[in-house]
Order: sequence, then C-alpha cells, then structure tokens
Amino acid sequence: MLLDRDGLKADLYRRTVGHNESHVLVPLADIEATLAARAGNRGIGVEVANTTKVADLAPHLDSLALIAIAFPSFSDGRGFSIAKSLRNAGFRGTLRAVGPLIADQFAYALACGFDEVELPAESAARQPIEIWLAAARAFRATYQRNHNPAGASILDRRWAAKLGAAKLGAAE
Amino acid sequence: MYRYDEFDEAFVRDRVAQFRTQVERRLSGALTDDEFKPLRLKNGVYLQLHAYMLRIAVPYGTLSSRQLRQLALIGEKYDRGYGHFTTRQNLQFNWPKLRDVPEILDLLADVEMHCIQTSGNCIRNVTADQFAGVAADEVEDPRPVAELIRQWSSLHPEFDYLPRKFKIAVTGAQHDRAAILAHDIGLRVVMNAAGEIGYELMVGGGLGRTPMIGKVVREFVPKDQLLTYLEALMRVYNLEGRRDNKYKARVKILVHEIGIEEFRARVEAEFAMLDGPSIPADTEELARITAYFAPPAYEKLPAIIPAFEAAKRANPAFAAWVESNTFPHRAPGYTALTISLKPIGKAPGDATSEQMRVVADLAERYSHAEIRVTHHQNLVLPHVKQADIFALWQALGEAGLAEANVGLITDIISCPGLDYCALATARSIPIAQSLQKRFADLSRQRDIGPLNVKISGCINACGHHHVGHIGILGLEKRGEESYQITLGGDATENAAIGEILGPGIVAEEVPAAIERLVGVYLAHRKDGETFIEAVRRLGLAPFKAAFLQEAADAA
Ligand code: SF4
Repeated sequence: MLLDRDGLKADLYRRTVGHNESHVLVPLADIEATLAARAGNRGIGVEVANTTKVADLAPHLDSLALIAIAFPSFSDGRGFSIAKSLRNAGFRGTLRAVGPLIADQFAYALACGFDEVELPAESAARQPIEIWLAAARAFRATYQRNHNPAGASILDRRWAAKLGAAKLGAAE
Repeated sequence: MYRYDEFDEAFVRDRVAQFRTQVERRLSGALTDDEFKPLRLKNGVYLQLHAYMLRIAVPYGTLSSRQLRQLALIGEKYDRGYGHFTTRQNLQFNWPKLRDVPEILDLLADVEMHCIQTSGNCIRNVTADQFAGVAADEVEDPRPVAELIRQWSSLHPEFDYLPRKFKIAVTGAQHDRAAILAHDIGLRVVMNAAGEIGYELMVGGGLGRTPMIGKVVREFVPKDQLLTYLEALMRVYNLEGRRDNKYKARVKILVHEIGIEEFRARVEAEFAMLDGPSIPADTEELARITAYFAPPAYEKLPAIIPAFEAAKRANPAFAAWVESNTFPHRAPGYTALTISLKPIGKAPGDATSEQMRVVADLAERYSHAEIRVTHHQNLVLPHVKQADIFALWQALGEAGLAEANVGLITDIISCPGLDYCALATARSIPIAQSLQKRFADLSRQRDIGPLNVKISGCINACGHHHVGHIGILGLEKRGEESYQITLGGDATENAAIGEILGPGIVAEEVPAAIERLVGVYLAHRKDGETFIEAVRRLGLAPFKAAFLQEAADAA
C-alpha cells in the first residue's frame, strides 16, 4: 500500500528494470549506471538502506526524482534523520519511507520531509488508510519549528496570536 | 512557575485523545502488542511485576500545590493511596489499571501535567537542580531552558525513535545537585569571559551496566543556538548510535567508542550545516518562558530572626532538623526546606495521598504554593520564611514528615527493586529499610555526617548505586540474592564511579558490612572531614580490608 497525506496512491515506480517503465526504483549500487543509461529521464528513483550516508547521495540529488528510505522496523528511527538531512541538503524530489511503519509515525514522517509511505501488505491489512489520515491529524499543532511548515508550529502560532491580540488592542 | 497557554493545553489534550485511539487500536488488533508497547511507554505506562505502573512527568521537579493535590486524588482513586517519587523527579503509581489510564491522563491534563516521554527510547523528562532559582551559587535559573527543552523535545518528529532512552539534566549552579555528569546530556548555565550567559554541555554520562561520567562536548553554546546545537547532536546520535545491542545503544557508548573528539567533530559538522541561531526558538520565546519563573515577591526580611534562633535553642530536635533539612535561600530571611521522604523503615520516596495533601497545604501557606521534587526522592518547599519554620516543622511532624535525616546515612536512594520491578534481580527497598533501622539513632547519624547510600535492584542502576558514596547493587547468584558493595562514588561536580570492594554478600550481612565501612571512616577521619573526603584521602585499601575481614568472619 502506498499513501501520502491525501490518501491512497498508485505506485508508478517499478523495481525491476526493463525498457518500458516510465519510473524505476534501483538500488544505490546501480544508480550511476541507471542515470547514464537513461540520461534525461525524470523518473529515476533510488532505494537505500537506513545506514546510507547522505554524502553518498549528495552528487545525485538533482537527478533523482525519488529517494526511498528503508525502515527495517518501525522502531528504528534512523530514516527520519536521513530524510531531514536530505531536505537540509536541498533535495526537492519525492521522499518515500518503505517499511512496516505505524500510523502514529505518519505525522513524524511528513514532518521530517517524507511525502509518502510504502507499507508491506501485513501492516496495511491491519491499518487501513482512514487510520493513517486520522493519525496525521492527531495534533492541532506541535512545537518544533524546524520540522513544521513556516508559521505552523506552536511557537509561530503563539506569536501570531500575540500580534493579533496587540493589533486588536491597537484598533480599539 | 510555568503555566500552559492555549497551545500547551491543546497539545496535552490531543495527546490524551491520541492515547485513547491507540488503546482502541490495540484492542481491535490494528496495532500488535510490539507496536503498542513503545506507544504506551511514551505515555508512561510500564508493565511491572504485578501490575501496570504509571510514571508521571514532573518537569524539572517543579510542582504546584494544585498539582500535588491532584496527584493525591489520583493516588486515592486509582491506586492504593500512595505514590512513589523517583530519582528522575517523577512520580510513579504502582497499581493503576490499564483501562483507567486515559482517565488519569485527563485528570493530569486538568492541572497542566502529563506522562509524555517518561519512558521509551526518546528524550525523557528534563531534570534540574531542586534549588533552581533559589540557590545563591547560581548563574541563572535553569528552569526556563529546561522548559524550552521540554517543549522542543515533546513529540520531536525526528527523535522519538532513538536507539535508546535519552536523559537530560540541567543546573545553573556551581555545585551540581542534579547529577548532570550522570546523564546523556548535562547542561550547565555558564557565563563566558565576555559576560554573556550560555550553556556548557556534557555528553555521554550515564549509569546502567556501563557507568560513565559525562564529558564536555562544548564549553559554550550561546543561548540562541542551543536548540540548533541539540538538534545536531541528537541527529548524530540517532544516525550513529548502535542499534544492534540494546546494552550498547546509549550515547555514552557511541562517545566511548569513537572518542569525544570525533563525536564533537561530527556534531560540529552537522551544526555548521544548520541555520544556526533563531530557527528552532527565538530569544523572545525563551524570554516569554523566563517571565513565568520570575521569583515570587519576597518580603524584605532581616537575615537573622530572633524567634527562630530562640526556638532552635529551646528545642534540640528542631535544631537538628533545621541543620540537616534546610538550605540557604538567596533572599534574606528565607530558607529552602527539604521534607524527607525517608522516615525510618518506610520505602524511600513513597508518600501517601494524605501526606501529599499536607505538603500541598503547607506549600500554599508557607511557600508560595510551590514544591520541588529532588533526585534524592525528597520534597522541597523552596521559599519558606524563617519565622514560619517552627510551625511548619510541627505540622510536618504530625504527618510523619519531619525526619531530620536529609543528606545523612538513612537518606537512602533506592529503586523499587524486586518488590515491584519486572527487571529486578534482587530486593532493594528491604535493604534500605534494614539499613535505616541499623542507623536509626539520629545523634549517631549526625555524628557520621553526610553520607549517600544508593541501592539498585539490578544492573540497570535506577538507584544510582555507582555514584553513591556507598553503592549497593542487588544481583542474583545461583538463585540467591547477592549484594555488591561499591565505595567512593560521587554524583556531584566531582563525579566518580564507585569501586567494588569485594565479592557479593547476602542481604543479612549488608548492615554489618556498611557498619564496618563507617567504622573505618570514624576511626580515621580528620577534623571536619566528611565520609567521601576521607575515602578520597585514604583510598580504597583500609575500607577493602575491613570489608573483606567481615566477609572472612562470616565464612
Ligand atoms: S535498577 Fe533494576 S530493579 Fe531497580 S528499578 Fe531499575 S530496572 Fe528495576
């Protein structure tokens, strides 16, 4: 099951590389060859382990449409930091978390820069899409400014509320 | 004290609602038991030996009277009428029912409290010097920065599935009362040569099966860069910390394996890539928080109160209690007063609901409705007028709370051990009780002077035995409890790990063994020298000899 913040999503990417796929997902070891063979193709993704160094991906960030990061188990949180580091390094393509995450991690994944989650069938069967969408909305706001869109963190809202109150006061 | 605004309030309410859905999803099978476990742990729910245990966060050990009353109520309604204060300044209830937990969380949210991240592999509740904002040796009150860290670390999207738990302690003082060198991160408020206030950060301290003393990772982090620096440090740990072996997963092992220089270099490299100041929290936010911690309006009082001095002269028991249980306050005529939760023969750190109410009332009447929890498992009334101390002492006495043993040999830190804990290899509370009985005579305790005894019921070291002047670790040897005694540990700025004196001994031998160690001290001490000072001067040898002698006698 593939999902993003809007719901279920069709997966365009193929992990077996033939000739006709518009979107392919290859391991890190094959990335240079794939990029060379498909020069100009905008549908190339790489799938990496959560032990991969961001520096190893850095040279390719502009050519990759998608980076999929493996979560070997939901309790291994390295993928969150890799995603955040890739965003910090300027990666603008799609970030996908692949593995048995739980719905309660969806908001975290989105906050760290992931766009979508690819779940194994077993976890998907237990956790239908509604649970994921509800879990992503569990909190009206959270504190971390570096992990929230501009203006969305509690800190920003606090100041907005204060400024709003000040303006109101000035208007009276 | 910090007060929630509408956003903090909404946040804890949402958290309770979230936990309700998590419980429902566990019951419906949407979550497996393995998946549910970290979720309940991060709401403070442990599965113990006989029941569930609920651990409530007392951020940086500060409570209001209203909050303490609510805890008393919860203890009565959902537990057996008492609670247990822990070495991390939290409160544990040992007998709640799982189905009651969401309701308890609601009651906590009503008084601006929660159980968020009191357990699990995440950044835990931040602890602080219990005399923060009161002590004279302080650069600045560390509680505002502790609150800033509490907010920043709450449900941090990136750092909620760390390799292992992560504990932060803060102090603003010269003298370390928060054991910051025994934490994953220790933070000290400091002033640099230019007169600016910032933070010195220590990393990689911790107890458990591989005890380590924290090392300085950065001597000065400017105030407005703290959260950015912490983000860099946590990212390095999250990515590099070991996940192959839970006993090697704490940051102390990473720091130990790669060395503090390399660790520092990696953090600095990450830090250099981040946006530096002002992104995670601007100085206005810290200023907003700081305003809540403004000192109460103290009266202008003389430093010496004749009636108080007269009461001490007239009543030696009162004088003794004042000597051990009071701490100098920075405002003249005021005192910070420690209430011992170590009455002889009781479980260290336990307080009944009735006692909690008494303390809450007294705090309201005499201490600006404020209470602190210490990592020694005692309570503090931080702002008491000296003129009120006598009346307070009498009221505490009626509630069984006037034990005059703070800092003395019966002021024992003890983890719950085999009486409650599923991980325990031996009992610890009964050992504390047997020692308290052995040394019950107060004039003797006072003669022995300051001495920290710390007891853990297994290698996880929740009772901080490694940093006790005398440490006692309960193990299991061939189906029997066996106690390993260590000497010379220290949890302050002179932090040291205690050294093992010899082979383990059985429970019945422990009081006599400790007696021998105290005997060596009494025989060799110089004028005014405390137990730990004597241990440092004399070295292990004479103590070891006495300890082994005893073991030989017993054999
Ligand atoms: S030290 Fe061991 S026995 Fe004591 S509370 Fe911790 S885990 Fe339990």
